[in-house]
Amino acid sequence: MKRLKDFASGIYIGLIGLFLYAPILVLIILSFNNSRSRVKWRGFTFDWYVKLFANKQIKEALITTVILALASAAIAVLIGVPGALGIHAMSKRRYKVMMAFTNIPMLNADIVTGIALMLWFVHFIPLGFGSVLLAHITFNIPYVILSVMPRIQQMNISVYEATRDLGAGPVYGFFKVLLPEMMPGIISGFFMAFTMSMDDFVITYFTKGAGVNTLSTMIYGQIRKGIKPEMYALSTLIFLAVSAILLISNGISAARKAPKQNDEERI
Amino acid sequence: MIKTLLAAACLMAVCALFTGCGKKKIIGELTVINYGEYLDPDMLDLFTEETGIKINYEEALTPEEMYTKYSSGAIKYDLVCTSDYMMQKMIKDGEFLQIPWDQMEYKDNIGKKYYEYAAMFDEGNKYCLPYFWGTLGILYNTKKVSKPVDSWDVLFNGEYSGEIIMQNSMRDTFMVALKYLGYSINTTNPDEIRAAYDLLIKQKSQVQAYLVDEARDEVVAGNAVMAVIYSGEAYLGHEYNNDLAYVIPKEGSNVWFDCWAITKNCENTEYAAKFLDFLCREDVAAANFEYIYYSTPNTKVIEGLDEEDRENESLVPSEDATKNCEVCLQAPDDITALMNDLWKKLKSE
Amino acid sequence: MNEDKVRNGNKRSLLSGPYALWIAGFTILPLIVIMKYALTDKTGAFTTANLTAIFTDPINRKALWLSLKIAVGTTLICILLSYPMVLAMKHLGLGKKGFSLFIIILPMWMNFILRVLAWQMILSNNGLLNLLLTTLGFEPVRIANTETAIMIGSVYDYLPYMMLPIFTAIMEINEDLIEAAKDLGAGGFTVFRKVIFPLSIPGLLSGFVMVFVPSMTSFVIADILGGGKLQLIGNIIEQEFTTANNWPAGSGLSVMLMLLVLISTAFTMRRKTEGRESALW
Repeated sequence: MKRLKDFASGIYIGLIGLFLYAPILVLIILSFNNSRSRVKWRGFTFDWYVKLFANKQIKEALITTVILALASAAIAVLIGVPGALGIHAMSKRRYKVMMAFTNIPMLNADIVTGIALMLWFVHFIPLGFGSVLLAHITFNIPYVILSVMPRIQQMNISVYEATRDLGAGPVYGFFKVLLPEMMPGIISGFFMAFTMSMDDFVITYFTKGAGVNTLSTMIYGQIRKGIKPEMYALSTLIFLAVSAILLISNGISAARKAPKQNDEERI
Repeated sequence: MIKTLLAAACLMAVCALFTGCGKKKIIGELTVINYGEYLDPDMLDLFTEETGIKINYEEALTPEEMYTKYSSGAIKYDLVCTSDYMMQKMIKDGEFLQIPWDQMEYKDNIGKKYYEYAAMFDEGNKYCLPYFWGTLGILYNTKKVSKPVDSWDVLFNGEYSGEIIMQNSMRDTFMVALKYLGYSINTTNPDEIRAAYDLLIKQKSQVQAYLVDEARDEVVAGNAVMAVIYSGEAYLGHEYNNDLAYVIPKEGSNVWFDCWAITKNCENTEYAAKFLDFLCREDVAAANFEYIYYSTPNTKVIEGLDEEDRENESLVPSEDATKNCEVCLQAPDDITALMNDLWKKLKSE
Repeated sequence: MNEDKVRNGNKRSLLSGPYALWIAGFTILPLIVIMKYALTDKTGAFTTANLTAIFTDPINRKALWLSLKIAVGTTLICILLSYPMVLAMKHLGLGKKGFSLFIIILPMWMNFILRVLAWQMILSNNGLLNLLLTTLGFEPVRIANTETAIMIGSVYDYLPYMMLPIFTAIMEINEDLIEAAKDLGAGGFTVFRKVIFPLSIPGLLSGFVMVFVPSMTSFVIADILGGGKLQLIGNIIEQEFTTANNWPAGSGLSVMLMLLVLISTAFTMRRKTEGRESALW
């Protein structure tokens, strides 16, 4: 019975895996297709990868996308972490209000957020890189707060207060006690914000200025005339790079855990 | 972890700076909006290299989208490229500045014939510089049709149900129906427009999709047998799939012109004129032509083509083919509103 | 000592000052602006027509209904697909290492527009799916440009967002509870019904919000997989802003959409604001 269950589980996971990865396989294969056509296979080639590195527009769009993601995630952390700490210290009623507002950008459809921001921006700033950055920060902060909050709630505030009682200043207390406790939450919040920003299309679409292009908006613009195969090449590269990073970081954290277990066993 | 991220961020910032270094000093900027994939991006770089003027380049899919972006005022555009009827509307609204023709060296590279065409919606050739032109017709797979296509009839008679792609553009789709019914595409008779709508709504279940330029790829891929497309797409369609042919139906069609104009937002018309002049220059026009393969009004480029290409109807439409074709003109507001309404209904039924 | 704590608490709440300002400037004010557009017509006069248009105009009603159908369908399918997946992973012991999470997250790193386009290629009349079917001897299917295609694309895009919170929630369940239930004689299904499922609810609610809202309001998926024949409410709103140049109408629809979304997800918010956060990762 158990073997049947194992088999069924394996098959099911395999099917879902196939569903999730089929389109990705298609894109990877197309990146090597010696033809612009999406349906005819005309031989294997690395051409598109070579052309990718010579393509100025794509490089600019990539740089814009990455800088936008890094900057907006970083600023979201800088505003969001103190924000979370502050909200946590509030009275119950205020806490509820602030958390409700925090949830709004997440619950709101991105089309509504994008349009609302655009309508607002149109009144006082010209649309450009700055407007997109502000928009990204706005939808990133809630992710940071929601990632950090559980950590803060689980934190034992007495440790911090003990440190203060022993004469440490608030800054020292923050860096030595609070920050390390919150770090996993901050990292996952940053990572989430970064990911959301990298993949965002709708909000960027409405708030960007002339000449500002992220990978998503560039791809959307190319749908009509046919996606340039260099895009498939780029996406494949990004995908492989991220896979590598995640594999390596998983490997590192697994390796780190192993020695500790040995220590515990010894005791 | 944070340290590595900060380092990566710094590295990225430095790279960004580097891509900005080593270029010619920027003396000015122009904000331009054009159709998607309608200008060779290398030409933009070439222009900046030669003149030091940076181009902020935006794209829009249809004239309506361009007009919406323009009129929102969110971005101030200096130069606009759009189609005949939209040009006409914006001229009437006073949105354009006159082109300083005397500052332009290469303006005569554009054939006189095309200036005459342009005069239909730009009286006196004051505001518009012809850029590309063409016709609207049917791209079809010769191997999958029972007999050669020569009429809009094939789209409506039910023979190719489910294999038809129509244009996702209000005026173009209404044009097809109006021409088939024998009316003018610039009709101001609401009954004729409603008749066109009735025909289109009956057709909808037979239509596979309403697409713009993607229609070409769908026919190339064999997902549909025929599509209404711009002549510019036809050439590449044939290149990708030799079984495809392009025809301008006998009932007539639309001949369209895309032109450039300088908007009233433009603060430096000298720079704008430089850009327009640059586009007329033979090497630049040739590069743009080869980038998109739409019909060019630039006689120098046409002369430079080899004979086979010059004979190709989809690259250089002949007098004969276009004799039944009308230029799209701006409709009065109430007619546009009616068409807008009916179009919306058509898309959502 | 208590006073100190209170004072410190108040001081600490000042830390959220910058954030509060940000909310005011970039969350609240834009909402006010969009309300203003929604309540005026093209000439600037006050009107509620833009708000009621979502119900009065048959085109909008149709689009809203279609969007609702797709949202509900997508959410249900995602739930139905996720639970077995997570349970299967738990059964095979794949939960403890970070690797399995990685498998679910990884597709999200390929640009979603490209992935939806890939589905368009797979589902088109001459596409991979039909190629597969005809080689196996079946009849080709005509899924392209139908509601089904949009539903498939939607499920594909949002499945990870449903799987992840459920995965996190279920993996955190204390094994002892399950053991205890089994010891008390509970069979597999009862264990699920009485132990696993109730404890997974925070994750389910998170997933619900992260799937229902986007699938109801998206326009890109319908754009690519609908072939211009199907209009979701998101498409209509997008067109009001980009082609029809009717910002008041678009704003009116957006505001009503936002209200509808808030109403349908309100029941999940109560949990969140009471301090029981469910982690997303």
